Amino acid sequence: MGAWAIAVHGGAGVDPNLPLQRQEEAKQLLTRCLNLGISALNSNLSAIDVVELVVRELETDPLFNSGRGSALTEKGTVEMEASIMDGPKRRCGAVSGLTTVKNPISLARLVMEKSPHSYLAFSGAEDFARQQGVEVVDNEYFITPENVGMLKLAKEANAILFDYRIPNGCETTCGANVESPLHMNGLPISVYAPETVGCVVVDREGRCAAATSTGGLMNKMTGRIGDSPLIGSGTYACDLCGVSCTGEGEAIIRATLAREVAAVMEYKGLGLQEAVDFCIKTRLDDGKAGLIAVSKNGEVAYGFNCNGMFRGCATENGFMEVGIWE
Amino acid sequence: MGWAIALHGGAGDIPLSLPLESRQPREEALRRCLQIGVEALKAKKPSLDVVELVVRELENIPQFNAGKGSVLTNKGTVEMEASIMDGSTKNCGAVSGLKTVVNAVSLARLVMEKTPHVYLAFDGAEEFAKEQGIETADSSHFITAENVERLKQANEAHRVQLDYTQPLQNGSKEERPNANGDVQLGTVGCVSVDSYGNLAAATSTGGLVNKRVGRIGDSPIIGAGTYASELCAVSCTGKGEAILCATVARDVAAMMEFKGVPLEEAASYVIHECMPKGTAGLVAVSAAGEVAMPYNTTGMFRACATEDGYSEVAI
Repeated sequence: MGAWAIAVHGGAGVDPNLPLQRQEEAKQLLTRCLNLGISALNSNLSAIDVVELVVRELETDPLFNSGRGSALTEKGTVEMEASIMDGPKRRCGAVSGLTTVKNPISLARLVMEKSPHSYLAFSGAEDFARQQGVEVVDNEYFITPENVGMLKLAKEANAILFDYRIPNGCETTCGANVESPLHMNGLPISVYAPETVGCVVVDREGRCAAATSTGGLMNKMTGRIGDSPLIGSGTYACDLCGVSCTGEGEAIIRATLAREVAAVMEYKGLGLQEAVDFCIKTRLDDGKAGLIAVSKNGEVAYGFNCNGMFRGCATENGFMEVGIWE
Repeated sequence: MGWAIALHGGAGDIPLSLPLESRQPREEALRRCLQIGVEALKAKKPSLDVVELVVRELENIPQFNAGKGSVLTNKGTVEMEASIMDGSTKNCGAVSGLKTVVNAVSLARLVMEKTPHVYLAFDGAEEFAKEQGIETADSSHFITAENVERLKQANEAHRVQLDYTQPLQNGSKEERPNANGDVQLGTVGCVSVDSYGNLAAATSTGGLVNKRVGRIGDSPIIGAGTYASELCAVSCTGKGEAILCATVARDVAAMMEFKGVPLEEAASYVIHECMPKGTAGLVAVSAAGEVAMPYNTTGMFRACATEDGYSEVAI
């Protein structure tokens, strides 16, 4: 029996001026989620159960951009998406365009296990949710006042905001007034911070799993699908590893980033950290993104080429780390 | 080196005894589409234009499962999806859940070129289509009698039918379902490398017979049903769920890139060693002008041609 390892993330690309209080809240949430995963692993829950459980927690907390607290579409509504993959046998499930499902990641799992399909979206996914009896709520449940404020700013700037939580009362100091040399997707970092969430786990049996969930881009066109629900782009797991990505969706899709990490391990024989570094360094071109990964040997790794990534990781031998910056 | 093109009209449990009246129009159609692609390449059109052009043509042909002739959802409606990718820039576009757009592949290209996004679906995609003024038609344009019949049979058998199954004649079971009762299906796609060495791939489909409304397959998923890089371009067909989880198109390119394996070997390996039998087929071209068209199903409607004069149309 091997040793478990787990990593979680809350998005890559962080404003260097992020208020300390937000940083603290984020670290606390990541720590809480890690601990949840750790007790589950110590109770011998399988990797697929653990990633679902941890991502549910991240979705339920309004801090990051998934479930409650999701970024808003141009119409001011929430459309959530998620995907989950079970390394052994490479089973997968994905959902997009959810508007009432409280925990998208759980619906993605049900698609994988209870439907003949791998990916369901929009009204079809919502119907399936009702048939499965998962918890549903009004779309308003997911919308937070902060995000309503952000959407307004984004529209004023007529730009797509990737996600950013601006604490109440700071609207006057953010956006155009904050000069920041850092940009992501053409926008100043102060108005861009994708906070997709994800979790990757390898359990004691060496099984890997990965899960990713998001509300997508602030001010996105309705119907826009990003990398998070796309198997091979935002999420991937196989016998060798489990990977979850976050950042500029387009760049992640073009690089089929999650699959890439597994492919270089498989076809070039690289180790986990080497594979992660290789992909981050060479596969993203001008794109900015980050990812977390675990290998069947109980290793954990992460990498990002942008300014910061909310993350946490832990291994059975007692190593634990939560961080935002390099 | 030189240009090369390959296209498919779907892999599946195509009966070996396919009657002439079913074979002929499809072979003719493949030949015609191949010709269109070849002429475009000879006229030095870039790969991206060529694959879009050819897939549009395939979508307009009612015998293939894309655009006109798309198979139906469990509610008797059409939901079409497609994706396109430019190997030199890795730019890509995808659409799903289309009901009225005559040429899904063209909308996918517009998403790639005219929006900051890569993938639009359902109502959002239909709205975008209206804004772009792309050609739309109401559902009667897409629905064919054959597909209404297929849906009826699938419903009667409580099956999600992945196949091109010939509408059963006199109750005789022509198709051979897999263990779980599913049968396999088609999609259309085209890959090409132009005289400048640029690669592109495009795939389009109506999906699975009797699929749940909202089901997305592999065709619009970059890396699964479609992929193009500087080394190769790939378009897949078969059981979408399996192709998605195995990220087939990307795998072929990854083997070439990271293991240095040539196109034919990579394509063959992925189809024959990595995919359960009866689930997939693909067409691929490499920057060097090679073509590969492996499939592990009974048949695959396909055609290809290379600059040095080789050409093939087959099932």
